[in-house]
Amino acid sequence: MSEHSVEEIKKHVRVYMLVFGSLAVLTAVTVVVGYLELPFVPALIVALLIATVKAGLVAAYFMHLVSEEQVIRWLVWLSLALLLVMFLLFSVYYVDQIGFLIFGF
Amino acid sequence: MQIPFTVAPRPDTGVNNAKIGVWLFLASEVMLFGGLFSAYIFLRIGAPEWPGEIGGHMYERASDILNVPLATLNTLILIGSSVTMVMSWASLAMKRFDRYRLYMGATIALGFAFLIVKAFEYGEKFSHGYLPAENNFLAIYFVLTGLHGLHVIGGIIVNMYFMWPGARMWKTDPKRFTNRIEIAGLYWHFVDLVWIFLFPTIYLL
Repeated sequence: MSEHSVEEIKKHVRVYMLVFGSLAVLTAVTVVVGYLELPFVPALIVALLIATVKAGLVAAYFMHLVSEEQVIRWLVWLSLALLLVMFLLFSVYYVDQIGFLIFGF
Repeated sequence: MQIPFTVAPRPDTGVNNAKIGVWLFLASEVMLFGGLFSAYIFLRIGAPEWPGEIGGHMYERASDILNVPLATLNTLILIGSSVTMVMSWASLAMKRFDRYRLYMGATIALGFAFLIVKAFEYGEKFSHGYLPAENNFLAIYFVLTGLHGLHVIGGIIVNMYFMWPGARMWKTDPKRFTNRIEIAGLYWHFVDLVWIFLFPTIYLL
C-alpha cells in the first residue's frame, strides 16, 4: 500500500467494517459449534475451517495482502509451506498409527 | 547515514525496506508459533486422555477446565483492537492526526483489556494450584498463551511509543510516520491471527 487518495481510504474503511462484522459473527459461530460437543474429527474440521477463514480475512484486508506486492505474497506462501513441512515432520513420528487415528483400527 | 528506502519502494522488491523487514520477522514468528503448535499436536496425539487428570479430577474436554466465555471476550477484544489499529493507519492516510490519536489510544486500551482478562484467567488457574507442571495440557496451555501474551505486551510497548514520543515524526516526516504505523499494524494483526488459531484449538477442541 503506497499512496492513496482520501476517497480510496474511505472505501477501505467500509471494507474494514464489513470484515470486523464477519469476524465477530464467525467468532460467535465457533463458540456455538464448540458448545454442540460434536465428535472430535468434525469439530476439528469446522473449527479449523472457520479459523482459516478468519485468518484469511485479517491477512487479506487488515494486513493489505489483497493489494500487496508479489514479493510479500511469495514470502507469505513460503512461510506457510515451511509451516506445513514442520507439521508433517512431526506427524511422521506417528506414521505407524495413522490407520488407527483416521479409521480407528 | 540515512537509512535507504524507508518510504520509497526499493526498485527490485517494489516495497519499502521496513515492510520487507517486518514481513521477514513475521515469517520467523510463523515458525516460532508453528513449532509450539506442532508440540501441542504431538503431545495431544500421544496422550491417552486430553486434557486428562488435573488436581485429582479427570477432565474430558478443555472447555471444562478453561474459561470459554472469558476467552471469547478476549477474542472479540483482539479483533476490535485490530480494527482500531487499521483505522489509526487509515486516519493518518487521510491526514487526520486527531483521529489517529483516538484510534491508537483505543488499540492500546484494548491491548491492556486483553491482558487484564488473561490475568483473571491465569489467576483462577493459579488459585486452584493448576500450574504448568501439573500436566501436559496445562504446560502447553501456559506456554502458548503465555508467549502470545508476551507478544501482546511487546505490541502495546511499540504502540505506546508511536502514541507519544514517536508521534513527533508526524510533524517532520508524515509519510514515514504513516508507514511506521502500517508496519506496527502488520505485527499487531499477526498477534491477532495467532489468537484466532489458539482460541478454538486450545479452548474448544
